[in-house]
Order: sequence, then C-alpha cells, then structure tokens
Amino acid sequence: MKFTSLQSTCVPLPMENVDTDQIIPARYLKATTREGFGENLFRDWRYDAQGQAIPDFVLNNPIYPGQILVAGKNFGCGSSREHAAWALVDYGFRVVISSFFADIFQNNALNNKLLPIKVSDDFLAALFSKIEQNPQVILSVDLPTQQLKVEESELSTSFEINPYKKDCLLNGYNDMDYLLSQKEQTILFEKNKEYSF
Amino acid sequence: MSGTAKTLFDKIWDHHLISQREGYPDVLYIDRHFIHEVTSPQAFDGLRKRGIPVARPKQTIATADHNVPTKNQHLPIVEELSRLQVETLQKNCTEFGLDLYGLGHEKQGIVHVIGPELGISLPGMTMVCGDSHTSTHGALGAIAFGIGTSEVEQVLATQSLLGIRPKTMKIEINGTLGKGVLSKDIILYIISKISTSGATGYFVEYAGSAIRALSMEARMTICNMSIEMGARGGLIAPDQTTFDYIEGREFAPKGEAWEASLAWWKTLPTDEQAIYDKTYTYDAADIEPMITYGTNPGMGIGIQEAIPKANNGEAAELEKALQYMGLEAQQSLLGKKIDYVFIGSCTNSRIEDLRLVADFVKGKKKAEGINVWIVPGSQKVEQQAKQEGLDKIFTAAGFDLRQAGCSACLAMNEDKVPAGKYCVSTSNRNFEGRQGPGSRTFLASPLTAAVAAITGEITDVRTYLS
Ligand code: SF4
Repeated sequence: MKFTSLQSTCVPLPMENVDTDQIIPARYLKATTREGFGENLFRDWRYDAQGQAIPDFVLNNPIYPGQILVAGKNFGCGSSREHAAWALVDYGFRVVISSFFADIFQNNALNNKLLPIKVSDDFLAALFSKIEQNPQVILSVDLPTQQLKVEESELSTSFEINPYKKDCLLNGYNDMDYLLSQKEQTILFEKNKEYSF
Repeated sequence: MSGTAKTLFDKIWDHHLISQREGYPDVLYIDRHFIHEVTSPQAFDGLRKRGIPVARPKQTIATADHNVPTKNQHLPIVEELSRLQVETLQKNCTEFGLDLYGLGHEKQGIVHVIGPELGISLPGMTMVCGDSHTSTHGALGAIAFGIGTSEVEQVLATQSLLGIRPKTMKIEINGTLGKGVLSKDIILYIISKISTSGATGYFVEYAGSAIRALSMEARMTICNMSIEMGARGGLIAPDQTTFDYIEGREFAPKGEAWEASLAWWKTLPTDEQAIYDKTYTYDAADIEPMITYGTNPGMGIGIQEAIPKANNGEAAELEKALQYMGLEAQQSLLGKKIDYVFIGSCTNSRIEDLRLVADFVKGKKKAEGINVWIVPGSQKVEQQAKQEGLDKIFTAAGFDLRQAGCSACLAMNEDKVPAGKYCVSTSNRNFEGRQGPGSRTFLASPLTAAVAAITGEITDVRTYLS
C-alpha cells in the first residue's frame, strides 16, 4: 500500500490526550488477526453499555464523514497497542492530524500507512474552526510536497516527516524489508560486540 | 572534553548501532525481546506469511500475563477469547522454538516483573517488548522501550529495529523523602509537574541523591511510569545497588562473565561533562504522598491538596475527567469513600511492595464492604510472600491474595472494577474504563492503597505512621 495524496472531509475530535485505551479498549484486543478492529474504534465513546450508538459522539454524526481525523494535542498516548492504528485504518482513516502525537503511536501509524501529521497549535485551532463553520470543507494532503491545504481558503501549512518514512509511504516500502537487507551487518555486529551477553 | 562526553543513554545506544545512514533511522541491535499473548499473534502470522524463522530464538522470552485469571490458574481459562490468545502464544512458541513461561510455569508473571527478577534484564542492554511499560527494565541501566506489533515482527525476524535517536532528558531528585513517601509518589509528582506529554520525544535519565538511595525495585516503579509522561523510556545509572540486585540471579552472568560484565557496566554512567537536551531538578522534601483525581496520570495532587480549578486550555479536559470521576474542582479527596483497593501491576507488585503493605496492615482489618485485591507480579513473588508469611497477614486483614498476572490493571481478564465504583490502585493508568467499563481509578502508592483498605476512604498514610 502506498500513500501519495488525499483529499477528504474531516472528522473533528477536539479532545486532548486521547489515549489508546479510548481508541480501542483492552477488552477488544483479544483477536489474533489484524482485521475487524474498526468496529470497536472509540467503543466506549461511540456506544453506551447497552450497545446503543451515542448520538453526540462525532463518529455517530452523519455530518462528519471523511478519511482524515483531526484530533486534539497528544493523540495516541498510553499503551503501545498497534491495535489503535489498526482500528483507525480499518475504520477508514488514512490521515490523523494533531498538534502532538505520542511516540509509539506515531510509529505504529506509519507502519500501517496511516499518516500522522503534526501541525502547530494555531493551525489546529484554525482547522477546527473551519470544520465547525463548514463540515463539508475539504482538506488536501500532499505528501511529496509535504503540504496541507484547506480548499477554497487561505489556510495551509507545510509539515515535517522523516525522509526515510516518506520514502516508505510513497513507494510502499516497509521497515522489515530494510532490516532484512541489513543481515550481514547484523552478523558482523554480533561477532564484534563489546559485551558478552 | 565535552565533545566526547556522553550520557548513559548515548553510550548504550552507540554500543548497539548496527548501521547508520544519512536521512535514515539508525539500525539498532536488540539484546532481549519479551513477548506476551496480546501483542504478538499478528507478528508470528507475519513471519509465517514471509516464510521466515525467528532469527535468534534464545533472545526472545515469552510469558502470558494480560489475559490470565488470578484465581484457579490450574483450571482452563474460562473466557474463550482469552484462552484462545494464550493458546495461540503457546502454539507460536512451540512452532518457532521460543522459551515460554506460560500459565502454571514457576517463572510465569507480568513480563516486566519477571525480566529483572530472573536476571534476564541487565545493565547496558537494549530491550524491547510489545508493551509500553517495557521502560521498567531501564531501572537496571538499560535502554528498554515499548514497540508495536509490526516492530515485534521485525525483532523476531532480524533481532534489530529502526530507531530515530530520541533527545535526552535528566530528571534529578535530590534530598531525602519524607516519611510515608515512596518512589511511586516521586513519579506521580514528576508527571503532575511536567504533564503526560512533557517528555515525548525524550529518553529520561533519573538521577540525584534521592534516586540513588532507592532500592532496585523502587527504581523500577519510577522507570515503569516514564511512558506516562510521554517518554520513550527511562533509565537509571547502574551502581552497587544494581549489581547487588543482579548477582546470583538465575540468568545473570556468572564467574568470569560476571567480572567482565561488571567491568563494562561500570563504564556506563553518564560522563561528568555530558550535556542533556533538557534537565529538571526537584527536591525530594517537597513530595507528599500523591493521589490522582482525573483520567490521566498527570492529574495528580499531594494528598493534602485540593483538586485544582481548570486552568486555560485544559478546562474542557478537566471538566470531562471530573464528570467521569464524579468529583468537583477544589474538592479535597481526603475522606472520599472507596469501594476497591488493587495492589498489583508491573508498577507495584514486587516483593518489597507486598512487604511494605503487610508491614502496615499487620494486626489491622480492612474496612467493611471494601474489596481488596493483592495480586503478586509473578509466581516467584507469590511464593516468596508465602514463605515470609505475608499471606497470613493479608488473610487476617480480609485481603484477597490472588495469583500472578496483570489483573485489574487493565481488566482484559476476569478482574474488573464495576462501573461507577472507586478503586485506589497501585497501577499506572487511570484512563476512562481502564479497570473495567465505567470504573473510577485513583492512582497511588502501595502505602496509600493499604491505608485506604483499612479506613475505606482516601487517607493520608502519614497520620498512621509514628
Ligand atoms: S500490569 Fe498493567 S501496565 Fe503492566 S504490563 Fe500488565 S497491563 Fe500492562
């Protein structure tokens, strides 16, 4: 799977510190495959104890469809469960925008071709208000030029991404291929390492 | 000299570099890999799909901890999906030739408890596990961090990992802790100061006289919660306390290998001139017994303090948290009635924790109507507790001493706190629903948990200590 560019409406989740226990609660981690986690994405915010959809929650609001999740600061903190990234991808998200991401989540997202984009607090606030004014607003994500743009507006910004990770996304490479290509160096390392355990 | 002076973190990282390339993350050698049943099945599937074996089977150690019941472990697991996950781990370990300390095994336990306990985790190592609290092992003076399942697969396949070198942070705690204040209070204090994202992008070294004075197990409690402030991991320079802890453990180096290791370990502490990207300094005397009031570990206060009023920006988050917790701003938590006490998890389930609790509750009884669960971190901790007669103290107090596992730390197994109920917990996360859907968690030290068990309400343990 590759990622080059995307144009989509956004799903706003202006909460801060959304932890991976909220993205996918532990009791739904029992599957032994990678599929199907989208069903339980944000389970306890999305459904009540009886399994009824909670209308206030954004994923249950038909006004906000889209493949871009826009979330408050420090998204993905807490547990290292890659299931959080799987759930977001399985649900249909391809990009998550926030002003801050937890490290492990960011890695997990990239390993699943889900693009985490870090923007400034000001840009994030402006984006939230654009979405609030017009839920149909289209956001363009262009990976080759590392640009984000709100269509039909002045609002745009560039974003950072590690050049290697960018290459991986653009070309559909993954870390495993790269690590496997290092086999000889690894054996050499083991021979020469300075410690004995 | 400052050009060549290095931090503990940098020395270990540099020792493990397999290769480096401009614009690429570093390729790091991984000495030890721990796996458990929840985050590994998809990784083994990946290996099968590619048709590749585990590169270094002796360097991966498996245990079952998250899903396991903490009662009647000799019986099959009742919950079907949990059983399936534990059985899948068994099958995978057999197929790929890995050592498994599964349910019923004398070495079974929470992955972050058994690593150090068995002498598998050592200073100077790189260690990873598909689990964010892998940072625990850093207490021995190692680089240990949590990874996702794709990375678990990469380590199984190559014994290496890609890593972008994090920045370094030093958190120094100097001086002497007050009575009734434990290492858990130190880390809850730090997180309340720098927030749950304050160390994101950093690897933290804890230093200072108050850290040096801590036992090995108390240090593990601190490193364990590094992830709760966003840090990739935390570590503490190895010293005599570290060496004394390791010597003689089952898998620790012996004889000549011990001497050689010791000599190397002694070169690891941070050089005097080394520079950290960020430094914080705190005074141990300022730290009170801590308790959290909200739904992330940064929402903590000294036990005598009141819940803060919302400050800018975080108002909505605080309001949501307090609503979930059924609490109000400016309220004191002292005297708040509770329903459950959970003493366990990879943060506080080691023998020293159990000893502290037993010592405090000896001759006392739990409050009416309170459920108190003591869940040892490993089979070995459980055995040790019994040998020392701690089980009798717990039983006399009306506490429920259970079997090793993650238990109510994450409620993936049968141990759950019911919706709306309050639990004083020695674990590491008070997220919404973490201990069961609708559960309300107060994070605290084992001593604060013990006193709450006796009084049935949130209590300043210092009033009980002479
Ligand atoms: S005890 Fe809790 S935090 Fe520790 S490994 Fe188990 S679930 Fe994770």
